[in-house]
Amino acid sequence: MNDSWKLYLHYLGISIRAQMQYRASFVMMTIGFFFTTVIEFLGIWAMFARFGSLQGWSLAEIALFYSVINMAFALTEMFARGLDTFPNLVKSGDFDRLLLRPRSTLLQVLGSEVSLMRLGRILQALPIMLWGAHTVGVVWSPGKALLLIGATAGGTCLFVGLFLLQASMSFWTIESLEIANILTHGGTQTAQYPLDIYRPWFRIFFTFVVPLACANILPLNVILQRPGATPLLGALSPCLGLLFLGVAMLAWGQGVRRYCSTGS
Amino acid sequence: MKGYLALIGARFRVLLQYRAAAAAGIGTQLFFGLIRVMIFQAFYRSSAHPQPMSYVDIVTYIWLGQAMLGLLPWNLDSDVQNMLRSGNVSYELVRPLDLYWHWYCRAFAMRVAPTLLRSVPVIALAMLFLGMQTPPSLASGLGWLLTTCGAVVLNCAFMMLVTVSLFWTLTGEGIQRAVLPLVYVFSGMLLPLAFWPAWMQPLLHFLPFRGMMDLPFRVYLGQVAPLQAVPEFGIQLLWTAAFIVAGRTLLARGTRRLVAQGG
Amino acid sequence: MAHIVVENLVKTFEVAERQAGMWGAVRGLVKRTHRTVQALDGVSFELQAGELVGYIGPNGAGKSTTVKTLAGILVPTSGRCEVLGRVPWKERTAHVKQLGVVFGQRTQLWWDLPVVESLELLRDIYGVTAVRYKAMLAELTERLSLGDLLDTPVRQLSLGQRMRCDLAASLLHEPPILFLDEPTIGLDAVSKLAVREFVQHLNRERGVTVILTTHDMDDIEALCTRVIVIGGGRILSDGTLDALRDRVTREHWLILDLEDETLELEDPDAEILRRDGRRVTLRFDPARVPTALLISRLTARYPVRDLFVQNPPIEEIIARLYREQAA
Repeated sequence: MNDSWKLYLHYLGISIRAQMQYRASFVMMTIGFFFTTVIEFLGIWAMFARFGSLQGWSLAEIALFYSVINMAFALTEMFARGLDTFPNLVKSGDFDRLLLRPRSTLLQVLGSEVSLMRLGRILQALPIMLWGAHTVGVVWSPGKALLLIGATAGGTCLFVGLFLLQASMSFWTIESLEIANILTHGGTQTAQYPLDIYRPWFRIFFTFVVPLACANILPLNVILQRPGATPLLGALSPCLGLLFLGVAMLAWGQGVRRYCSTGS
Repeated sequence: MKGYLALIGARFRVLLQYRAAAAAGIGTQLFFGLIRVMIFQAFYRSSAHPQPMSYVDIVTYIWLGQAMLGLLPWNLDSDVQNMLRSGNVSYELVRPLDLYWHWYCRAFAMRVAPTLLRSVPVIALAMLFLGMQTPPSLASGLGWLLTTCGAVVLNCAFMMLVTVSLFWTLTGEGIQRAVLPLVYVFSGMLLPLAFWPAWMQPLLHFLPFRGMMDLPFRVYLGQVAPLQAVPEFGIQLLWTAAFIVAGRTLLARGTRRLVAQGG
Repeated sequence: MAHIVVENLVKTFEVAERQAGMWGAVRGLVKRTHRTVQALDGVSFELQAGELVGYIGPNGAGKSTTVKTLAGILVPTSGRCEVLGRVPWKERTAHVKQLGVVFGQRTQLWWDLPVVESLELLRDIYGVTAVRYKAMLAELTERLSLGDLLDTPVRQLSLGQRMRCDLAASLLHEPPILFLDEPTIGLDAVSKLAVREFVQHLNRERGVTVILTTHDMDDIEALCTRVIVIGGGRILSDGTLDALRDRVTREHWLILDLEDETLELEDPDAEILRRDGRRVTLRFDPARVPTALLISRLTARYPVRDLFVQNPPIEEIIARLYREQAA
């Protein structure tokens, strides 16, 4: 186990050094990622400029929802980039090479690429988070700070799980399945706003099936001290993300087994 | 001309093979549309301020956007991209076709084939179950078709310009990264252009991007009069011509450079 | 001791079929037909420790299916397969530690990094101790003359250099079994010889068991004592090169350089295979006409400047074997 971490760090170092070979491109892309998501927030800002408020939520409060989910998504894209490009690995046959090495395939896929340029997106979410928290006037306590970190971590686990499910699908079909984007990109879109603005069936789906709520209202209601917030549920919510990741790992194992029986 | 038509046909067939991708695409589009409709609905419920568009119009606008999303030049032809990156583009130069039009045809097929396949079911479902309206008059509908054609040629010409910038790989990738968000914002995909603050409107009106999406949709909704659609179509064509000239010039310079490098 | 045992291996695949034309593409949206492909149809062989075996066959014959099964990345439909006493696909990690695999067509090195960084990562992947790594690296560097290459990014290497580095990468963990898939494809003559020499050294001096799949018959002739030929998912022939020759044809080729290129040549026991100006290639069966007799008969009747006798090239043998099989 310990040994696996050491190997992962080795992969990490290699991936970063490889990206630094193209420094100019790296800087450009990082800036690009920064702006791509800043624009999203501009859109939200424009809506608030027109409408004033959203079912009792202010722009500053939305800023917290926006930054938590975007940070979780950016962290996922950064560390699980290998899963994102996984269909290519299967198509080109290079997945065989990973199977020929005496290590977990998942470790090797995750190690294959760490996309540092996603820092641009994280860097963009951070000031929005700070601005939001400041403007709302959150009274910070160690528990709340921990919960905010937990919400981001839970969201990251959830997205890694979704990426993993998406990657596992390429064991069954070589066609790139956009449908998975519903849950990853669509999930990010959805959870930029509090889930309670959506219709009930939609809210239930993102609470119990794909538990996006673990990086949305469950913890943030507690942090923002909304009426009806349940601290215990909030505190436990990051575990939902972890649980989801566990389920996704089972699917992955199943996929690898299938790959070995069809050979494609 | 026959060669180019054959090319488009071949690309259509390749793209049609991905049936699961098409089905998934329809599902994705519906889902994203639903999120957007729900967000707008929540906003409209929260405020009694008069808005630049009625809620009913917004819903139609959103579903049109989901149906026509594939026409927007938000990604490049990955085959051409790889070719440029690996330097294999030299092989393309040997073919007896004009490289610009060859790639333009590929871009055309890439934009139109999946959109044809996806837009029909998306619009049908949206009209039946999701609150999308028909155009107020036949004239508006025809105006929409006309300006949609304008949008297609404009989008392909613009996509070609971005593609060709990849000849200068380093800056090219940066340009691509920078330009695609511009399309996203200024075409009306992120937000119907009317919702941006008033001081931005002259800029939005001047830029070519509104011709890619916002314009045809407003013609559809009757917010731009059917007769007005004809001069607007002319503006779309003017921008298309400008992009084609710029793209061809850059392509010529790019290939010259390539030949000079012997790569 | 048998290193590798394969018994009655069968593998079938389901392949989706595509219809032609625009209408076919549209119809394919709705319904797709499948067809079963028999990749392996009862393949059996055994390999002893230290053997160097050529495994050859045309594309689609079942070569890579066999190799993938042996490597543990493909589970067969039925049949038995054991490598060093293990069932490959059942204990993947323990099994692949005993394997070195080289694909000539693709590299396992990290494209943008100096070779040595890839090797260090592989050291950690295979859990090679620092002491063994140092010793192996030194030996491989010397044997494969990697000296200057180690600090070069892989993308800057020539194909031959890259192949040498890939060989080193596959051997750091000192596997007792090595799979080579087209190791000389696309290489220049000098690199080909270097690769062959190195493989021979591994096999003879270190006792590594080697399975070599290739289309390059020179590789086979230079390296392999035993050749397994596969076609249509079945083993067509298994044995020494000579035995294979004997099985397919006993004919010899006599090549004559005549004085005059217009000369017409004829013999009742020999058949003209081809004629290139002065040079004539004849084939004959030494059982019907002794070589010495044929030569003396021809040199007596025709003005011959030079001559030599050879076996038909191995390509020819293999091609005939397939033709026979297909007929």
